Parts: sequence; C-alpha cells; structure tokens
Amino acid sequence: MDWLKKVSKKPLFLPLVSVFLVLIINVVYDAIQGNYIFEFLKFELKEGALYGRIIDILNRGSEAAILAIGMTLVVSSSAGTDISVGSVMSLAGSLCCMLLAGFGVTHVREIGDLQMPIFVGVIAGIAVAGLCGLFNGFLVAKMKIQPMVATLIFFTAGRAIGLLLTNNKMVYIHLEQFKVFGGKLWIFPTPTVIAAACILIMTLILKTTSLGMYVQSVGINPKASRIAGINSVAIILLCYVICGLFSGVAGIVATSRIYSADSNNIGLNLELDAILAVALGGNSLGGGRFNLAGSIIGAYTIQAITTTMYALGVAKAQAPVYKAIIVILIVVVQSPAVKAYFAHRKAQKEGGLAVAGRS
Amino acid sequence: MNKKKNINSHSILLLITVGLFILLYAAGYFMYGFGANAKGFEKLQNFLDIFRTNAALICIACGMTCVMLTGGIDISVGSLVAMDCMILSVGMENSGISPSLLVPFVLLIGVVFGAVQGYLIGYLGIQPFIVTMAGMFFARGMTAMICTDQVNITVDNWFKQVAAVKVYMPFELGAVVNKRGVKMVPYVNIPVVIALVVVVLVFLMLRYTRTGRSMYAVGGNQQSAALMGLNTKRTKMITYILSSFLCSIGGVLYCMNTMCGTTTQALGLEMKAISSAVIGGTLLTGGVGNVFGSFVGVLINGTINSLVSFNGELTKLGGTVPNVVSAFLLFLFIMLQAVFAKLRERKQ
Repeated sequence: MDWLKKVSKKPLFLPLVSVFLVLIINVVYDAIQGNYIFEFLKFELKEGALYGRIIDILNRGSEAAILAIGMTLVVSSSAGTDISVGSVMSLAGSLCCMLLAGFGVTHVREIGDLQMPIFVGVIAGIAVAGLCGLFNGFLVAKMKIQPMVATLIFFTAGRAIGLLLTNNKMVYIHLEQFKVFGGKLWIFPTPTVIAAACILIMTLILKTTSLGMYVQSVGINPKASRIAGINSVAIILLCYVICGLFSGVAGIVATSRIYSADSNNIGLNLELDAILAVALGGNSLGGGRFNLAGSIIGAYTIQAITTTMYALGVAKAQAPVYKAIIVILIVVVQSPAVKAYFAHRKAQKEGGLAVAGRS
Repeated sequence: MNKKKNINSHSILLLITVGLFILLYAAGYFMYGFGANAKGFEKLQNFLDIFRTNAALICIACGMTCVMLTGGIDISVGSLVAMDCMILSVGMENSGISPSLLVPFVLLIGVVFGAVQGYLIGYLGIQPFIVTMAGMFFARGMTAMICTDQVNITVDNWFKQVAAVKVYMPFELGAVVNKRGVKMVPYVNIPVVIALVVVVLVFLMLRYTRTGRSMYAVGGNQQSAALMGLNTKRTKMITYILSSFLCSIGGVLYCMNTMCGTTTQALGLEMKAISSAVIGGTLLTGGVGNVFGSFVGVLINGTINSLVSFNGELTKLGGTVPNVVSAFLLFLFIMLQAVFAKLRERKQ
C-alpha cells in the first residue's frame, strides 16, 4: 500500500483516475453489449488511416487540447479565464477562408481559383487570433480589467466579425490541400499531429526558458513578482497572445475539418470545454501553479466522456445532462474539502495530531 | 459625515454608470427624437419598452450582483430560464396543469438548484465557474429532455391573463394622441412591476440585513470575514440559492413575455447579466457593487439594443451587427471605468 500512497500524492493522479473511470465505463458497456471487452481500445487501418474509438477521441479532442494549452497559461498568470477562444477560433477560420476565396465568393473547387496560397490564409488566420489575444492581454495586463469582462468583448463580437468577413455566408474550400489540416497525415489524423506538435513546442518553451516559473510567480502575486524584477504586465500579455495564437491554430483545424467557414458553429461552447479541461486537470482557477499535462489529459477526458455518451446512444441535445453529472462527480472527488476529509481521517488513524484543517 | 465618505469611496462607479446612461439616452434622443429623424425615441413609451423587454434580465442581474459580490459567478442562469420556460409551457400546454401549481414548482426548482450549487461551492470549495458551468449544461440538457420542440402557450388561464395586463402610467404622464385621435397612455406590464419590486427588496436586503452585509464581507476578504466569525460557507450557499431563486422569478417573467418554451431560449443571457452588473460597477473580484448599478446596467444594455434597432443602416447589414456594436460599446464603457478608476487612484 505504500506505493499507492506515494502515487496518490502525485498531481496527475486524479486526472488520470478520471480518464480510467471513463474508460472502465466503456469496458463495462462493451461487456454488456456482448462485444469484445476491449472494443474501444481496438484500432485498425481503414482506407489508409487509423480507425478506432480511441483514435476518434484523440482526433476530436485535439481542438480542446490545443485550446487548453493556452488557457492553462492564461488561468495561471491572471487568475481569470479567456472566454473568447471559441469566438476567436471562428473568426480565424472565417478570415482564412475569406482570404483564400475572396470576399463574397462561397465556393472554391479548383486550386487555380484560390486568391492566394493556402499557407498565407492559414498564417493570416492564426495572426488575427494572435491580435485578438494581444487586445485581450492589453485590457487585462495594462488596463487592469477583470479577464472575464475583457474577453467578453471578443466573446460577443468575434463570431459576428467573422460573419461580416464572409458576407453572412458559408465559404466552402473544396481542396484536398486545405482539407489536410483536419484530415489525415500519412496514417495519423492531422489534428492529433498538430495537437502533439503544439504540446511539444509549449513543453520545450516551458522547460528551456523560465517562462513557466515567471507565469506561476505572476499568478500567485503580481505585485511581489514586479518587485522581484519580473515584468508582470509583459508576462500576462504574452500569455494572452499565446492563448490567442493557439485558438487560431484550433480554429484552422476546425475549419479544415469541415472545409468551410461556418462562423455560427465553429468553436461553439468550446471555451467552456477548454476551461473545464484546465479545472479537471487539477489546476486552480485562482491562478498560480499550473500543470500543463493535467490540462491536456482533462481535455481528452471531456472528449472521452462525449464520445462514450454518443456510443451509449445518448441524444446530442440531452448529452449535457450526463456530462454535467460526470463533471461534478470528478470535481467533487478532486475538491479540497473531500481531500481534507481523507487527510483528516488518515491523521486520526495514525493517532497523530490532526493538522489537516478543512478549508 | 460617515454617509458622505461612503458615497465617495464606493459609489463612484455607480455615478459614472448613471451618468453614462443619461448620456447614451440623450444621444439617442437627439439622433432619433427630433425633426425629420423623429422615429419615436423621444416618447415615454420607448423608455418603458426598455423595461418591458428586460424585466427578466433585471431580476437575473440582481441575483448575479449578489453572487459577484461574494466573489463568485453564476453562468447557469440562462439555461435555468430556458428550463423554467419549458416546464411552464409544457406543463400548461401539453399536460394542462394549472399555473397556480406550476409557478411555485418552478420557484422551488430554483431554490433546490441553487442549494445544490451553493453546497458544492460553499461547503466543498469547488470553483463557482465549474459548478455553475455544470449547472448550465444540466439545465440546458434537461430542457431538451422535457421537450425538443417549441411549445407555445395558448391555453387561457390566469398566467396568460396576468401577462396581458397593462399597467398605465398615473396622471396620463407622457400621453400621446395618435392619428386617429385616440389617447395613448404609456404603460408597462406586470413583469416590470415585479422586477422593480425585486430590485428594491434585494437593495434593502443587501444594505440592511445581516446576510446582505455578510455577502459584502465574504467578497471583500473571505479570510477576514471568517476570522470575524461570519459563517462564510453558509453565506455563499445562501447567495447561490438567492441567485437561482431570483433567476426562476426571472424565468417566469421571461415566459410571460415570450409565452413559449424552446431549447435555445435565453442563450447568452448569463453574459448579458454579467455585463450589466459589470457596467453597473460591480467587480468580479467581489466586495464592491450595488444592485441599483446593475439595474442601470441592464437599462444601458437595453438602450444599446434600442439604438441599434432604431438605426436602420446597422440592422440592414445583417443580424450580427448589433453584437459588434454592443461589444464595441461594452469596450468603451469598460475603458471609461478603467480610466476613471486610474484617475481616482492618482488623486489619492
């Protein structure tokens, strides 16, 4: 039992347990259905691409995972949430499609009809998302406006600007070269590869520079960090810009997945999934210490819950009910009061002084 | 003397808000109220219509203010309103249950819903954003579980009759004689009266009761409040119960205005309530704010919508333009508040 105690102290323990719980539900379901009990773990090559429920979860959860990276930094540095990411995703996708097709054009079928190379459109989309992040960051870091209120502006306007850019229409880009971002790369689904690349880049940045430490220090106490010589304004600004850039990437992936700019639906409610991912990963929404791996596991947990529910035959409109119940259960298990209760019981058992107060 | 100091230190944001509302309304008055451009903005009825369309939002914003005072947030309100409307319309229309039973039932649901959220937030210490987000998912999903279609209330019962009652202004204030020679006295409806009563009650509650003052204390500094001997956990729970209860009242009022229940009803209402409270000078960090400010914040939001709809050019561009305009105006308000706050800081 000693190793169990040691393992349960690790920060990633509870997020991982939640993933396993979701997977166990899958196993039980498969067993009841009389399928091979590890049905969901099975993957095969179909039409030159990997196929299976796990792959599907990894694929569909990519956008949320990419968003969760930026969101973790934002939450950690400014004790607030960026609720504009979903709208900014949609804006990035709309701008990209509009640039590729030209204003007012709704269909592109030939490579010759493109107004500009695909990579220009993609980079412009990501750049405009970065600008949105800069704007949010400016309001939060420089003007000292509460993050949720500052990002409320783009939450309201982002989607609407996207619709204005595409002249209130859907823009379709029927090109294999464009579909690749949401399609497959060799045998892997491209969104998964892009998500992995984003995670890798961010991890490298955090490991090789002291950005991670600065972010945590600013999140815990901006005044003290300023006195210690950290430019807290610049750090918070940078976090919001990174979050914006990542929402741009996620927006391009989501747009390419349906090869069209659907401003009304791209990234809808995804900001909530991203924030939820951060919380499920065991991060405090009050700022300070963060755990990137936890957030990413959290994002995939949410996707696993969603996919599992569809597999269980729950209708799309009713799925939120079960999602809410599962999320509450997971968070209750991770809550400080429950943790303190177990710590208290343990202390009583050992006969020592019960120091673990219930917060 | 003490009272004067109080106004100086806490109510400056409220004064700014009231000033800006007057400014905004005056701008509309001069743009659409005079000469060739006169489209009816100058009429008292237009002013009262802002109340009529936002009666539910006023109630919800009051609850939101209380929650934000304690440093929390409640984003479940929009979905809860949708669920209330769906229960009311399905109950009356499809099941034929009397509204005398349904309305208390809906209010009870609000209390229970708030109690669960409040317990999770107050006693288990889970972040309000997460709990109320789950609440939002839950309520929206339940709405779809009850019925996925739009249900219109056509049954004639007291609920419909009350919704149709017009409360005329006393002394024929601002009465206009129309082309046919009929005297049109400006009116409001019952939801507006209820909403105004709610504002006054919540205002008095926050100012003069122990619970109300505890909310300010918990939001200002939770640790100090706990050391002072306040039961912070209970205060938080009560706050969320109050918020969901007021939201349910708002849901009933919303249903009186729309007379239908759909799954997409009141989408984004929580954001409107939050932005109203923020424009009204309530800080998301807690401890500072006023119900009256949120009330004015709702009026400002309503005036923005009214201005956008009065401007034909903006509505012609498509349904999304009001969103861009509101966001831009929200940005202006926030910046103005920030600048004022900075100026004050410099003075001290």
